[in-house]
Amino acid sequence: MSRLGNYFIFLGTLFRNREKFGVYLKLILDECTSIGVGSIFIVALVNTFIGAVTCVQTAYNLTNPFVPKNIIALIVRDSSILELAPTLSCIVLAGKVGSNIASELGTMRITEQVDALEVMGINSSSYLILPKVIASVLMFPLLVIMAGFLAILGGYIAGTLAGVITPEEYVSGLRFEYKPFGVAFALIKTVVFAFLVSTISAYQGYRVRGGALEVGAASTAAVTNSCIAIVAADFVLTQMLLT
Amino acid sequence: MITIKNISKAFDDRQILVGIEGKFQPGETSLIIGGSGTGKSVLLKCMIGLVKPDSGEVMYDGRNFLTSSLNDQKAIRREMGVLFQGSALFDSKSVLDNVRFPLDMLTDQPENEKMDRAIECLKRVGLEKARDSMPSEISGGMKKRVGIARAIVLNPKYLFCDEPNSGLDPLTSAKIDELIAEITEEFQITTVVITHDMNSMMEIGEKIMFLYKGKKLWEGDSASLTHSSVDELNEFINANKLIREMEK
Repeated sequence: MSRLGNYFIFLGTLFRNREKFGVYLKLILDECTSIGVGSIFIVALVNTFIGAVTCVQTAYNLTNPFVPKNIIALIVRDSSILELAPTLSCIVLAGKVGSNIASELGTMRITEQVDALEVMGINSSSYLILPKVIASVLMFPLLVIMAGFLAILGGYIAGTLAGVITPEEYVSGLRFEYKPFGVAFALIKTVVFAFLVSTISAYQGYRVRGGALEVGAASTAAVTNSCIAIVAADFVLTQMLLT
Repeated sequence: MITIKNISKAFDDRQILVGIEGKFQPGETSLIIGGSGTGKSVLLKCMIGLVKPDSGEVMYDGRNFLTSSLNDQKAIRREMGVLFQGSALFDSKSVLDNVRFPLDMLTDQPENEKMDRAIECLKRVGLEKARDSMPSEISGGMKKRVGIARAIVLNPKYLFCDEPNSGLDPLTSAKIDELIAEITEEFQITTVVITHDMNSMMEIGEKIMFLYKGKKLWEGDSASLTHSSVDELNEFINANKLIREMEK
């Protein structure tokens, strides 16, 4: 409980006693490049294959001849948009971005770079962390939109190449019973996940004391705690928004 | 002038500092010396506001730093320059950008003025040619000099140096000491240096404070350093073979 309390106190420091807006603008753009552009490859790769695997496995399990083949595409579409693209991508991003944030801040802490900012009268948590949080909240949804698209594309390519579904059946399945709220739901979840991953990782990195061993431990804690927070928030948001 | 009154600090049940008092004058290089774990760095951190002491006062020209409002503390901090033990240069910024950083963050000067000032400070520490290098590409001594350039870029009234000679060869170490002493005199800065380097004590120690187990046991200048009646200080100083030879 005390760690949770410290986390909320830490969140408060991000927004108190901030620097001028202009200072953050360049930092946010730099972080967007690092977090967003730097994560495109891994997110694209993972989601393309996940979409492909979902399509082939669904086809393998659909043995009833009365179930039309286009249902395979519907399942790929809904599982990608509702769950796989937002949740799985954010878990992948927790590993990539979260560990990076924690180790960067942890190293800055143990090498006194954070202290150097503090003695200049700069709010180090706000200066170092707020741009990362804003960039994550901006870039994660864009990555998830790309992830959803690629997962569906991966399913199409795998399904048609494996001969489990025709292109016409796949496209008709994608259009069947489509609910646009699914995309809004995925983006809402992603924004929450982005906030959780960036702030939890920053919290773990910022409070490091000691040396290289502690930075490594903080990086591991950042990823595990972010993943736990993602799945817990996923359940809560699904309950709140879909039932 | 910096005045510290009755500074005490404990971490959990471990008492680190006990009632430290002292005055540090402008234009003078004051040294805080003592063995490892005697609380020198904690005292420095209390003075610059990185650690809050359990009791005591830190006065900057009559302004109580610890009880000041956040804005007043910010104003005092902007009159400080700090050279950290590991230099604490920002890894992602070039040497020039590191020196420019306080100007970018804390002043509204035009770009050309900021650039001129940063280059002037780099010239002062003899590193204008390394301006485009990254911190990872320069030596430990150069990092210390960049740290000094960054510390003086805002024309500070107070300069704090935490073990400026650690990890440096004797020649580079002497150059850093010389640079700190020159800057202190040139700009009439109140300089406080944490060290356990004997050469520094003899060369630049205009005023020396000796800490032992969190207490101030002795205060004086470098001339009287080797003639004190404090056993702990004599033991600390005589650990150096060179000093022992000199004494003989």
